[in-house]
Amino acid sequence: MTIAIPPSDNQHAERLQPTGWLRYFSFSVDHKVIGLQYLVCGFIFYLIGGLLAGAIRIELTSPISDFMPRDVYNQVLTLHGTIMIFLWIVPVVNGAFGNYLIPFYVGARDMAFPRLNAVAFWMIPPAGLMLISSYFITGAAQSGWTAYPPLSITTPAAGQIIWILSVLFLGGSSIFGGINFIATILKMRRPGLKLMQLPMYCWAMLGTSILVVLSTPVLAGTLILLSFDIVAHTGFFNPSMGGNAVVYQHLFWFYSHPAVYIMVLPAFGLVSEILPVHCRKPLFGYVTMVYSIMAIVVLGLVVWAHHMFTSGTPPWMRLFFTIATSFIAVPTGIKFFNWLATLWGGRITLNSAVLFSCGFILNFVFGGITGVALAQVPFDIHVHDTYFVVAHFHYIVYGGSVFVIFASIYHWYPKFTGRMLNEDLGRLHFLLTFVGFNLCFAPQHWLGLYGMPRRVAEYDPQFAFVNQLSSVGALLMAISTLPFLFNVVQSAFKGRIAGDNPWNALTPEWLTSSPPPVENWTGEAPLVTEPYGYGVPADQLDLAATSGRDLWTNGQ
Amino acid sequence: MTTTTPIEQGSEESLTNADEHHQDHRMFGLATFLVADGMTFAGFFAAYLTFRAVNPLMPDAIYELELPLPTINTVLLLVSSATFHRAGQALKRSESARCQRWLLITAGLGIAFLASQMVEYFTLPFGLTDNLYASTFYAVTGFHGLHVTLGAIMILIVWWQSRSPGGRITSHNQFPLEAAELYWHFVDGIWVILFIILYLL
Ligand code: HEM
Ligand SMILES: [Cu+2]
Repeated sequence: MTIAIPPSDNQHAERLQPTGWLRYFSFSVDHKVIGLQYLVCGFIFYLIGGLLAGAIRIELTSPISDFMPRDVYNQVLTLHGTIMIFLWIVPVVNGAFGNYLIPFYVGARDMAFPRLNAVAFWMIPPAGLMLISSYFITGAAQSGWTAYPPLSITTPAAGQIIWILSVLFLGGSSIFGGINFIATILKMRRPGLKLMQLPMYCWAMLGTSILVVLSTPVLAGTLILLSFDIVAHTGFFNPSMGGNAVVYQHLFWFYSHPAVYIMVLPAFGLVSEILPVHCRKPLFGYVTMVYSIMAIVVLGLVVWAHHMFTSGTPPWMRLFFTIATSFIAVPTGIKFFNWLATLWGGRITLNSAVLFSCGFILNFVFGGITGVALAQVPFDIHVHDTYFVVAHFHYIVYGGSVFVIFASIYHWYPKFTGRMLNEDLGRLHFLLTFVGFNLCFAPQHWLGLYGMPRRVAEYDPQFAFVNQLSSVGALLMAISTLPFLFNVVQSAFKGRIAGDNPWNALTPEWLTSSPPPVENWTGEAPLVTEPYGYGVPADQLDLAATSGRDLWTNGQ
Repeated sequence: MTTTTPIEQGSEESLTNADEHHQDHRMFGLATFLVADGMTFAGFFAAYLTFRAVNPLMPDAIYELELPLPTINTVLLLVSSATFHRAGQALKRSESARCQRWLLITAGLGIAFLASQMVEYFTLPFGLTDNLYASTFYAVTGFHGLHVTLGAIMILIVWWQSRSPGGRITSHNQFPLEAAELYWHFVDGIWVILFIILYLL
């Protein structure tokens, strides 16, 4: 018997859905299809954003702007940031893995609102195409992903308006997704499954979705006001008309600081799923992990002005936001040590998924340390708007979130396709990415400390060598996608057959076939109360009581 | 130690309840959405209050609000919340005709609110782009007016659907009415806050 959804109705609805590869282009309401739609769509945008990054790094190999005109450089930079954040990381760490995994984790057959889910996904490709096409039609926006006024009101209007529209769409999609995750996690749990028994990714997605619901609408409202300033010539954020540009910054960062957690909290959750499986140990400190996530959610809402220490912020505000920001290091540190403790003494398989996860831990802790440094006003006023900030957030966003996305693809690819990825190519991919990434971004700390401003196409010649070093790193990163792309395409057809549960994992998505049937389980949903119950010798396991039919069979 | 246990056979009862379960989620989803929507207003209010605190009006700027009309508007919306509540109660008691009458009255009150707001807009001595406060006033009240418009349309749709006897809205399927009602209360609540912040402070 199924739970909550009447089977007869549902099967009928499913038969109307196309099957085969065509369903990935359809308005499918199957959460697994939608998850993969998010993933592939996001990855395509990642490749486009990567090309733009390549253009930036080529321009910066020489101190003068010789590769492209300055206004084109600004457009490329704006598109790069916007695409990477709103079309790659946010949709993939939330939409892709969230949709694929959350219904499994709560023991449901689909998300709470399948149709809303499909709507949320299908808002993304048009918004992305609109954003990119603005480059060809009118010239793209030039004011960076932050769109600070007065810059955004004085640069050409058409591109900026298209930028606003597409970000509004993407924000709407994100809000719909967030509502769906909250409802699914809180309301769709299989009977008998308690909140504190959920896999950690559920908690991460719950926290993230709360942030999405509370903060994204503020960005939407702000952008509406900004578009009034551009189109109707009001003066909300225009100082020359009596308006206040700093209010824009406050409202923008009220969304965009939480947004950095929207990009990284789900990654925390994914790593917490991957590590125990490959270390054969329970996740260390489950309860502290949960409380840390919730603490980050609360604190993450009250630290935004650390982006504005040079915007004439009054002293009390500087003090408050420095202290609040420094506090975030506590729950973040707890999570960091919990991952280390999970690795400690485990039977670690150093496969690609684990390598990328460990790469994440290293990069993230480094980005976290520079973050705490940036939160200190006396330091920040020197390096604000320099390459130091660029280095900081790439350590977090790329070294953190993107590394986790790759780890997750290596971990869940067998689930998605029923085939294994090639491990040798995976390790090569990791090596190139890790070396390339650090070569690209570590030197940028130095650039920032010595005063090279960000968002410029031309710079003081003394910085040329370090910039070239950074560009070599970027080249390595570009090359690193080749083995990965080859691997995912080739393994889809020729990869070793994975079996249902190649990692002998205990979380519910593995207790079914790979790829899973339309309704996730052919029988009833398993009740997994200990998703991290590893480390029990196989002969002490009560096999009669396990419902996942392939549980442990591969390992025995 | 066992890690997984098979689920007991789902009882027949849980299957028959499935439809109702689903309804619960929709109201929950709507409530979550309204939290998000409320945050948009919170952003606007925060912006307005900051403007008030740090951006004095330029010397020649005109920004004066009259109280009588918006006070009437407040009363209109508050009464309409009560009439909508009556409609919901009537539906629960399966008194379809009474329910429809209350729905129409509610929609009428909403439309009266919009009309009176239009009157206010046209009699105010300042326009959208005149100064910072004027722009904020029009943006916030306009955004709220948009919500009232949508709400009134929703009420009329619900009314239309509840007219046909075998129609979609009965005492067994109250979701459309309940959803519109929750939304309407939300819009009214926002207005009260708006009234206090924009007119009284
Ligand atoms: C360990 C906690 C963190 C702290 C204490 C921290 C602190 C800071 C501070 C103070 C700044 C402002 C620097 C400036 O503009 O002068 C900053 C910028 C930034 N941070 Fe972090 N950060 C942390 C984690 C993160 C995370 C997790 C992400 C993303 C996943 C992130 C992404 C960013 C971005 C994108 C910027 C630059 C925004 C821009 O100006 O374009 N940070 N961070
Ligand atoms: Cu921040």
